[in-house]
Amino acid sequence: MITFLDFEKPIAELEGKIRDLRKLSGGDSSMDLSDEVDRLQSKRDRLLGEAYAGLSPWQKTQVARHPERPHFSDIVAHLFTDFTPLAGDRSFGEDQALMGGLARFNGRSVLVMGNEKGTDTPSRIKHNFGMSRPEGYRKAVRLMDLADRFGLPVLTFVDTPGAYPGIGAEERGQSEAIAKSTERCLRLGVPVVATIVGEGGSGGAVALAAGNRVLMFEHAIYSVISPEGCASILWRTSDKAKDAATALKITAQDLVKLGVADGIIPEPLGGAHREPKRALDALGEAVQDALSEMDGIPADRLRQLRRERFLAIGRL
Amino acid sequence: MNWLTDYVKPRLSKVIRKRESPDNLWHKCKACGQMIFHRDFVAAQKVCANCGHHDRVGPKERFEALFDEGIHQKVDLPTVKDDPLKFRDTKRYTDRMKDARNKSGDTDAIQVAKGKIGGVESVIAVQNFFFMGGSMGMAVGEAIVRAAEEAIALKAPLIMVTAAGGARMQEGILSLMQMPRTTVAVDMVKEAGLPYIVILTDPTTGGVTASYAMLGDVHIAEPGALIGFAGPRVIEQTIREKLPDGFQRSEYLLEHGMVDMVVHRHELRGALRRVISLLMEKHRPVFHQAAQ
Repeated sequence: MITFLDFEKPIAELEGKIRDLRKLSGGDSSMDLSDEVDRLQSKRDRLLGEAYAGLSPWQKTQVARHPERPHFSDIVAHLFTDFTPLAGDRSFGEDQALMGGLARFNGRSVLVMGNEKGTDTPSRIKHNFGMSRPEGYRKAVRLMDLADRFGLPVLTFVDTPGAYPGIGAEERGQSEAIAKSTERCLRLGVPVVATIVGEGGSGGAVALAAGNRVLMFEHAIYSVISPEGCASILWRTSDKAKDAATALKITAQDLVKLGVADGIIPEPLGGAHREPKRALDALGEAVQDALSEMDGIPADRLRQLRRERFLAIGRL
Repeated sequence: MNWLTDYVKPRLSKVIRKRESPDNLWHKCKACGQMIFHRDFVAAQKVCANCGHHDRVGPKERFEALFDEGIHQKVDLPTVKDDPLKFRDTKRYTDRMKDARNKSGDTDAIQVAKGKIGGVESVIAVQNFFFMGGSMGMAVGEAIVRAAEEAIALKAPLIMVTAAGGARMQEGILSLMQMPRTTVAVDMVKEAGLPYIVILTDPTTGGVTASYAMLGDVHIAEPGALIGFAGPRVIEQTIREKLPDGFQRSEYLLEHGMVDMVVHRHELRGALRRVISLLMEKHRPVFHQAAQ
């Protein structure tokens, strides 16, 4: 059963009713409730459609963080073959919050990387809720070096609350690690397609998202700071997170308008977590389209275009 | 004349004057509490004569202290769109900007100038912490891009004096985009074979540290400066522990391999001259003659 968000209460109630009716009719063949079920089902679809068509930025934040939203491992399993995970930064450790490796995408050899949040308590702890330490970003640099050497396109999937704020992370140069990863990404002589899958949390997201193309799922968010963090600093109370979410302009729709994102990947009715397979099919198509657009562009030109893309953002 | 003008007024102005004089004449050190004659404090580049605490200084003082004889020429900075998101928290961003501009007489949190350092044509960009905490938005990002272009055009080293709490939240994602944008700028300088030197001053945190502040060919930090990614309060809230003494200070970063040297403000010009002179060897005419 899926986790319902607070604004989905009427939908949850309807789905409960539908389930009950199905159970009833299943036990007794003399009762035909299929008309009633169909009626409720279409009402449920209508409500869901309405709710998701008009999601507020704060509601989108909740959807983007939904625990059942497809994660990096789901993306890899659905869209890639021959996935060969690579581990370690070769200087300190292995960070499971940022995963990556070699793989085939539609038959083509690529380098794939992304943040993994985990799906249950033990795996969330193992992946540190998708919050990387410096080792993660240094591993990213190592993998990008590899991609550059062998001419492999780099596909990244961003889904992180942000880089991990901890003593050890600071001790080992969290900022330097993030800066170097962004720099490496910008220097690549291969196509880079970055997709914000769920949360694009601040510098920890930028480190993997300095791509030639930046795509976003329909209900993904990308922000300089979490709405809660912004509210607690500027409003002096995290209760104002809803207002902060609106003011910060964090939705995919806003970011396309601002020229930060290039395209939006549509999600199935009720969000990617309701029909992950359909969502991932759409993701695969969008990434393939973005890659195809860069076919045959030489390394220097790819680098130049990427630089120009970022320099153009926000200019008058 | 009555008692109001003869008696009350002088008494009142005496009280007011009394309050004014220590502010103007004396500076109380933020670290040790020592009272220092204000003129001496300014002459010492705002370093406490008693404990050596380095107080924050603005772009003007930096240019005067770092360029030869303080001689420099300001670089015109590009105009950017004010308040691109129409941001409003408890206050409008445009009002916050107005206040900051009135107080500082400046348009944003950075200044760029060119001049000579040890005889070598150089470009210095200085962040101004007194302008909205030095925060990095479109204006700061564009200024850094401009500074990089100027350095490349002059075949000059780029020196970045950082001081900022991080990205400017009121510009949302556009402030975050200054991380890749400034990284591109710095990379262009490196690609041109020119030195990019970072002077980290108090404080340098957040998105600023996680981009151009940590990408220098050489990192010089002023003593006792707070330098880090996450702010100490955020870390304390996350791990629910007290942070160790000296955590995220310059000396701590030196110990952990993140900066090359911690240099007293009075020695900064000398250190910078030496580094620039050593790194700019290949750009010196003498060297080329000798090589040929």
